[in-house]
Amino acid sequence: MMNPAMRVTAQEQRALRAWEVLQSVLDPEVPALSVCDLGIVRDVIAHDDGTEVVLTPTYSGCPATEVIERSVIDAIDDAGLGPARVTLQRAPAWTTDWISDEGRRKLHSYGIAPPAGGASGIAQQAPIRIVRRSRPARVECPRCGSADTERLSAFGSTACKALYRCVACREPFEHFKPI
Amino acid sequence: MAAPSIQVEQAPSVQYVLRLADTALILGQRLGEWCGHAPVLEEDIALANIALDLIGQSRALLTRAGQLEGKDHDEDQLAFLREERDYRNATIVELPNGPSRPGDFAFTVLRNAMMATWFRLLWERLRESSDAELAAIAGKAVKEARYHQQHSSDWVVRLGDGTDESARRLRAALDALWRYGAELFDSDAVDVAAAANGLGPRWADLREPWLAEMRELFDEAKLAMPADSAFRSTGKTGVHSEHMGYILADLQFLQRAYPGGAW
Repeated sequence: MMNPAMRVTAQEQRALRAWEVLQSVLDPEVPALSVCDLGIVRDVIAHDDGTEVVLTPTYSGCPATEVIERSVIDAIDDAGLGPARVTLQRAPAWTTDWISDEGRRKLHSYGIAPPAGGASGIAQQAPIRIVRRSRPARVECPRCGSADTERLSAFGSTACKALYRCVACREPFEHFKPI
Repeated sequence: MAAPSIQVEQAPSVQYVLRLADTALILGQRLGEWCGHAPVLEEDIALANIALDLIGQSRALLTRAGQLEGKDHDEDQLAFLREERDYRNATIVELPNGPSRPGDFAFTVLRNAMMATWFRLLWERLRESSDAELAAIAGKAVKEARYHQQHSSDWVVRLGDGTDESARRLRAALDALWRYGAELFDSDAVDVAAAANGLGPRWADLREPWLAEMRELFDEAKLAMPADSAFRSTGKTGVHSEHMGYILADLQFLQRAYPGGAW
């Protein structure tokens, strides 16, 4: 019979192994990022009867949420760490501040301008600016690095992105919106 | 066999959450009608994105309403199997996307600005709800509502302070919409009970901050602030306009005709 201390160790190892596996589960809409880079994995808990992954959804209406849940379960099960289950945790709400430094680098090299930091603090308290054609914050072009860019569309191909254009190199690019 | 309707518990807490859920859902449904029809591609994407956020918020709220009700109704049953009288959205969101013709962009962005401002104020208060799940939904939704408010307010200013024609269309939209806003700020037994037990604010408490933000917006958009209206719509009590049945026919047809249908 396994002694209790050994069982705890085995569970801890399973949780660590699960974290490693999750590094390779990609966001279907931003396939440069893993779910860990994105900062939506809040916890991994190895139970006696399986492995629980706690996820926080990004946007209320993000259609990728269900696909991500499925991919997480499949990846854990395929690695022999299952049976996996996913629980969703809404609070505290996800913020782009939870995207890892590695995730920001990956976004940049994928051609998506990463969100500015500090999105969850002051920015969420600031009053809405009602001014003519309110100018969004400057975003640096991920291709040429110029700060001379303009926003083409406040909403992009997915809920989490906006569309920009670089005035210097003339290339359009996407920006991961800070929330 | 068509799917039979479900009956919903009348408890004030359930009704309070359903009013929010239905208001988000029906506005999302209306905005979804723009998909493929907006005047420019960027706005097509924007309106569809806002609709997705609203429907996502509604799904979470419907799920919570079902849990509070305690009769095992899930989000799909509540959305697809309730009759018109059991829908509790404010009437303003069920109005077609234009008073005289569908596809009126000025009407759409003005309603979005009015509703996003209202939702944002509501979500800010609901973050302090005594119901932890409702507070968690609000913590997420408030960020989305801020973005919706910023975007739709930008458009209101652009149209109001734009050409003579864009300003004329925006004024016409305001004439048609303003009186329906009043319902969002009347209190009754449902929200008074919610306020008493800490579930959420009375709707009447949102009136002054909302009017202050509208005043600021209208000033910038060169719109005159309309006078208060004596007219009251009654969607939140289940008594809807003539437009509501058509929306539900669209929204519910598949699940009514093919119960439990999935793909």
